[in-house]
Amino acid sequence: MSENWDVVIVGAGIVGAACAWQCALRGMRTAVVEANFIGGGATAAGMGHIVVMDDSPAQLALTHYSQTLWQGLSKSLPNDVEYEACGTLWVAADEEEMQEVHRKREVYTSAGVATEVLAGPTLADAEPQLRNPLAGALLVPSDAVLYPPCAAAYLMSQARRLGAQLYRRKVLSARAGKVRLDDGTQLTATRILIASGADACELIPGLPIKKRKGHLVITDRYPGFVRHQLVELGYLKSAHSSTADSVAFNVQPRKTGQLLIGSSRQFGAEDSVADPQILAAMTERAAWYLPKIGKLSAIRVWTGFRAATPDKLPLIGPWPEDDSLFLATGHEGLGITTSLGTARILADHLEGVTTAIPAAPYLPARFARSAVHV
Amino acid sequence: MTERFDILIVGAGPAGIAAAVTAAAAGKRVGLVDDNPAAGGQIWRSVDAQPVAARTWLAKLAASPIVRFQGWRIVDSPSLGVLRAEGNRGCRDLVYNQMVLATGARERFLPFPGWTLPNVMGAGGLDAMVRGGLPIAGKRVVVAGTGPLLLAVAAHLARRGAKIVAICEQAPLRRFVPFLRSLLGEPAKVMQGIEYALSTFGAKISTGCWPVAAGGGEVLETVTLRQGKWQREERCDYLACGFHLVPNLELPALMKCRIHDGFVEVDHLQETSISGVFCAGEPTGIGGVEMALLEGEIAGLAASGKVNEANKLARRRSRRLGFVRALTAVTELDPRLKELAEDATLVCRCEDVSCGRMREHASWREAKLHTRCGMGPCQGRVCGAASEFLFGWDSGSILSSVRPPLYPVQVSSLDHPDKLTYQGDSIEQISMLTSKEIE
Amino acid sequence: MSKPARIRLLVNGVPITVAPGTTVACAILIAGIPARRSVTGEPRGPLCGMGICFECRATIDDAPHQRTCQLLCAEGMEVGTS
Repeated sequence: MSENWDVVIVGAGIVGAACAWQCALRGMRTAVVEANFIGGGATAAGMGHIVVMDDSPAQLALTHYSQTLWQGLSKSLPNDVEYEACGTLWVAADEEEMQEVHRKREVYTSAGVATEVLAGPTLADAEPQLRNPLAGALLVPSDAVLYPPCAAAYLMSQARRLGAQLYRRKVLSARAGKVRLDDGTQLTATRILIASGADACELIPGLPIKKRKGHLVITDRYPGFVRHQLVELGYLKSAHSSTADSVAFNVQPRKTGQLLIGSSRQFGAEDSVADPQILAAMTERAAWYLPKIGKLSAIRVWTGFRAATPDKLPLIGPWPEDDSLFLATGHEGLGITTSLGTARILADHLEGVTTAIPAAPYLPARFARSAVHV
Repeated sequence: MTERFDILIVGAGPAGIAAAVTAAAAGKRVGLVDDNPAAGGQIWRSVDAQPVAARTWLAKLAASPIVRFQGWRIVDSPSLGVLRAEGNRGCRDLVYNQMVLATGARERFLPFPGWTLPNVMGAGGLDAMVRGGLPIAGKRVVVAGTGPLLLAVAAHLARRGAKIVAICEQAPLRRFVPFLRSLLGEPAKVMQGIEYALSTFGAKISTGCWPVAAGGGEVLETVTLRQGKWQREERCDYLACGFHLVPNLELPALMKCRIHDGFVEVDHLQETSISGVFCAGEPTGIGGVEMALLEGEIAGLAASGKVNEANKLARRRSRRLGFVRALTAVTELDPRLKELAEDATLVCRCEDVSCGRMREHASWREAKLHTRCGMGPCQGRVCGAASEFLFGWDSGSILSSVRPPLYPVQVSSLDHPDKLTYQGDSIEQISMLTSKEIE
Repeated sequence: MSKPARIRLLVNGVPITVAPGTTVACAILIAGIPARRSVTGEPRGPLCGMGICFECRATIDDAPHQRTCQLLCAEGMEVGTS
């Protein structure tokens, strides 16, 4: 059986779902193929943080663009998406990190992102459970949190309302405008978008995506224990490192009052079993910043795999080795945040129109075999 | 210095007690871990009115040099030979050579409108509460659901002065007829049955009968019972309602013991697929107290190396099995019980997820992620068994998502082993720091 | 070993007296109040009586989410329900 589509999207995680909605919105005949269920991969494993990050100008641009889109969408989101504009506090443990707070503030300000510097006593008021004294923190009030599987489900439902079709099948191959499914169906498409996270390598061998394992702990409900997303300034060093195992303090309050405790990064750890050493390191770090966290009840521990690229920027755009293939993957820990921005940029590529932010840093071509080596 | 046990036993119900006492009598260094304040499991709870068997075994337990951890929850099995448990002051790694899993069973709860009202409890649930000090004299109680537990509970409550308004067994009467024939080989059971009948004299026993709704404002006030075409409403203070016992398989599953047809696979000497790990009692098959005691003894002997004696007891076990299987077949759940839950009826009580919302999904995992059923503190122990029955979701997939912590633990218990609070205390000192024991 | 004849504790500030060996869950039931409110505000009480269902959770001496069906009343305990 053959079907002719403007775009077939492989993967209904938050990125695939966001792209499906944008494509359907622009009148493209859109099909989405998902082997498991909507939002079931890395989307389900992550914290659900919508955060502006400044590891590089390109990352800052994409996360800011996307965060603004989420803010605009927030009022339409149903309750089960649990969108909460709690803001992020980048916490400085000492004066050296406080310098980083000021540097960061300048960068954010020049990008048009509002921030506020909290000195020690003000920080203690804003977050009573934080270790006192700490040097201070940078507050980014426009950052938010949400519950990713339901966010992906919402985006997908919007796409389907506009005519997008969902196939619950595994993709065996996707090339030259043909997508073969595991039940023998072949979908014919003008464009194929691979949005299957770390699994993209199965369909495009040699894609420079590696799995980066993370751990999370979720607690019972303690409303008000933590009011903002808390991140230590060393987080960027952890996310920045390309090889070492690392742990960085990151605690997120859910709308339910549950706390998510993270974060960890490991390359080369392919199995999903939680590593007690990593958990211990995470717990130790969390207890340093939040001395009373030790007594809270931890209900569950899980792991997940981020799709990481060598330069920490995602792959958004055409894949040069096949005219029909496009990519929207490699988002590492920023998939939730940048899903909406990714979808806009990707749809702009499909329509051949100018993107709202420069698209060159995210072009997959930078990694193609035919690319000039930089 | 590492404190090591020859045999570590998880669960201080009849099976665990029998295993512990037997192994200690064989001269082994035994540790016994249990999450309740006192030994006895579910069936032997309470300070008074114990059957003879309970008193005998509890006395033997008290007299044995067993290191007891009452009020401790199992967190993890970090590797074979090490069990992590959490007590009042934190975690401790317990090191062992052999293990006996005697984790018992819990009730299956099926949702129906009003089942979440306070004073609607499991049959074993209300029984446990009464043993824990709940006054029941003069209270009106409806006992419903399925299985021999109903009669045992009704008889016990009646002896304590409860007014048993109705006993409702969902299985139809005709199914009991062939079963009664197998009872003839079990005079002890016949006597027990007569004893129950006398205790609950005056209670209306109905078969093919089940609750369809519970009514009330802040607490239970009425229960609507259906039998065939007839429906009646009973005023009551408590509804004790449970549909079978399901084994507590989380720790065996975590330890990767082979599980077959919903029970832990063991050989005739109670050894699981993992060498040195034994399992006794309900997790190997729902069989009641006598079976649990027998299997506990077998496991205790086998783990202690007393294979000949274990073999002798094992022969007794095979004779009991026939009776157990017959009873299980008789009380199979009526499919109409699936229709009791309406769309608005909650299935997941931790996260308040309704039947209607869960029904929209094709699998347990998908429903969990999109509705958060099974993501609360009970981690699917209540709604999982119900979902399996209501929606036909695969129980294997529910079990395969078992991972540590097995029970909620303090965040600090996830920290490095050498920072866990009890470090430096001897095992005996640690075991004493538990809830006060009831003698 | 001497045991107190009765144990006195507070449930939501109200003094309750129970026999030794009574669980905190029972004390809450004796006080006539629900152990907790569900996430959508429904009144709830113990269901399983054995530490599985978590419906009996209450705060004991400022520690929230305690499984009261597995804890014994102690003299002077302060129990708070949500």
